[in-house]
Amino acid sequence: MVSIYGDDAHDHDDGKPGFWARWFYSTNHKDIGTLYLIFGIISGLIGGYLSFMMRMELGEPGIQVFDSYHTYNVFVSMHGLIMIFFMVMPALIGGFGNWFVPIMIGAPDMAFPRMNNLSFWLLPVALICLMISFFVPGSAAGNGFGGGWVMYPPLSTSGSPGPAFDFIIIGLLAAGFSSIFGAINFITTILNMRAPGMTMHKMPLFAWGVLVTAFLLLLALPVLAAALFMLFTDRIDGGTGFFNPAMGGDPEMFQHLFWFFGHPEVYIMILPAFGIVSHVISTFSKKPIFGYLGMAYAMVAIGVVGFVVWAHHMYTVGMDVNLKAYFLAATLVIAVPTGVKIFSWLATMWGGSITMTLPMLWANAFIFLFVVGGVTGVVLANAGVDAALHDTYYVVAHFHYVLSMGAVFGIFTGFYYWFGKMFGVMYNKFWGAVHFWLFFVGVNMVFFPQHFLGMQGMPRRYVDYPVEFSLYNQISTYGAYVTLAGVAAFFVMLIWSLIIKRVPADDNYWGEGATTLEWTLPSPPPYHQFNTLPRISDDDGH
Amino acid sequence: MIDNSENKPNTQQAVELNDSQPNDNTSHDNTSNNAAPNESGNKKTLTILAGVALGMLSLGFASKPLYDTFCKVTGYGGTTRQADVNKSEVIERSVTVNFDSNVSGGLPWEFKPAINSVDVQLGQSTLAYYEAVNTTDRAITGTSTFNVTPIKAAPYFIKTECFCFTEQRIEPGQTVSFPVIFHIDALMDTESRLDDIKDITLSYTFFEVENPTGKLAEKTN
Repeated sequence: MVSIYGDDAHDHDDGKPGFWARWFYSTNHKDIGTLYLIFGIISGLIGGYLSFMMRMELGEPGIQVFDSYHTYNVFVSMHGLIMIFFMVMPALIGGFGNWFVPIMIGAPDMAFPRMNNLSFWLLPVALICLMISFFVPGSAAGNGFGGGWVMYPPLSTSGSPGPAFDFIIIGLLAAGFSSIFGAINFITTILNMRAPGMTMHKMPLFAWGVLVTAFLLLLALPVLAAALFMLFTDRIDGGTGFFNPAMGGDPEMFQHLFWFFGHPEVYIMILPAFGIVSHVISTFSKKPIFGYLGMAYAMVAIGVVGFVVWAHHMYTVGMDVNLKAYFLAATLVIAVPTGVKIFSWLATMWGGSITMTLPMLWANAFIFLFVVGGVTGVVLANAGVDAALHDTYYVVAHFHYVLSMGAVFGIFTGFYYWFGKMFGVMYNKFWGAVHFWLFFVGVNMVFFPQHFLGMQGMPRRYVDYPVEFSLYNQISTYGAYVTLAGVAAFFVMLIWSLIIKRVPADDNYWGEGATTLEWTLPSPPPYHQFNTLPRISDDDGH
Repeated sequence: MIDNSENKPNTQQAVELNDSQPNDNTSHDNTSNNAAPNESGNKKTLTILAGVALGMLSLGFASKPLYDTFCKVTGYGGTTRQADVNKSEVIERSVTVNFDSNVSGGLPWEFKPAINSVDVQLGQSTLAYYEAVNTTDRAITGTSTFNVTPIKAAPYFIKTECFCFTEQRIEPGQTVSFPVIFHIDALMDTESRLDDIKDITLSYTFFEVENPTGKLAEKTN
């Protein structure tokens, strides 16, 4: 066997431009991927700070941290928006997607490198808009927008007349268009630029995950853009009345538009993680993934069905019982392809030669936590049960189990799996393990008690609560301290591995289980890879 | 970062090299290998995908008329139907129609139905009145919206005259009567899932119009 990258890899400067041109005008998919990851870490710190302050406030009954109720609501709203649009999506799709989709399908770069640059640089602009919104007047109650990440009118129209929400609209439109451009780029790359012999049915599952995600982005985000634009014109004095009943509009229509985007959005955040976990489980079980085609088409099925279940987020708006029955049944159907994925992961590990490396630990934790969140999701899908649990902490626990622990554990799975490949040095095992265990224990402590709070009827989005709820809230807040220590361990691990003790990584440091194309390249890969395209033979596995 | 540019063979790969092409890449143009077929294919895909995105954007904006049509057809959200004349036959079954009224956002009107409820046979045309009094010393223009509960009965609740969605100006101290003529379509009796309907509530809400357009329509249809 011979190496597959071209002769220009011999150049010692590797064709890299200078610092400014390399990082600010970057069109290289690996550099843009790194930028996305750095951006995701920064946004994660901001979003994490907001949530930590919320947990401090809720540690005991009464008002401790916040000087106004409005500021607490601003923190809740911004935590949601920043974590979703500026942490999970950039890290999973922009970061790992840019880094590894072209390499895994044997392409030299993304289809439209300059559009890729635009996609990334729209995001910092968007984040700056959101940060400005903190400090400008929102409503009479104070600065910032406190209407929740769902932005329902009339709270987001006549209820928040100040410019704070206008900045959020501008920021989200910028982030939305960034994602649409990124989605077009990924779909074009995956459909047109696969290496010779790389058929769709031989494509690695991470590329499948990103492909389905990109289609969801392409179909869902324009609807959000339209809804935001309608909010914007509704907010203008003497403007439109799309969502204003006094002018013949209907605020419920915004909820439909928002969740038509919002439900696919939750799959946008989890499908790339499904792909990453599949590779990690397969690598460390030293087996090809069980039921490859079933895994790929389960993701497609989740994506398709994900577009026709949105109103299960709004069971309490007063919809007809037949409509509820439809959305209930359609929502439960999603458990089937999701079950296919869970069982295929278990079947891959079954009888495999398993090595419990750090990425494998994260991947197993992902499966466990995602199943817990999925099961509570099946509970909430029932319209009758949801009437009691709607907008309680049970819902908070549910979506944090699938996102804060599902998607984020997926991100860390990929981060540790590809750490050596991306940075050329191995992660520090000790600090990585400290990070994992603190984080795992911490987030479970934060969110598991919230199931009980929800069952007891504690509503979300309140700064205070009756003293009866204080025990589980205290446990939850202690969990936030443990999680914070875990985040600190992550940064110690980063500094240790990247600066203090650099251990160079081999080309394929995971050995025989790692079969995708990125393991045929050096660590880190050359600045331009595949000048001679790899050819995939017919008997190749996945 | 370490720049590991050594070109060493890898033992674990199931990938074969295309050796037939010698080093013909003098530039770092990373798509140079088969740039020509890709470029045109990429442009085509880009056009299609941009079209899809724009299509979804227009669907998002078109949601307003689509949603209104959907509500009219299905009665979703308690949207009633409108008709010019009562074409329904009158049958034995009767239901109680309750009238509800409220004003939004501190509109200083006293707005209430003339009677609180009425028993009507299915198909029978009924006239009901709402009354509004302007309790202030300035003229105020308002506009109203309505809905019907239970929602599943809304498609069978047909109004032949109503005062909704038109601007109503009331002078200081003036009392105005608003007539509503409605009937409940006898077809409701044919649907078994509506067998449990014994009460229907018609609710009107008045909103203040801050910038009246001046044209006061007498009725909508």
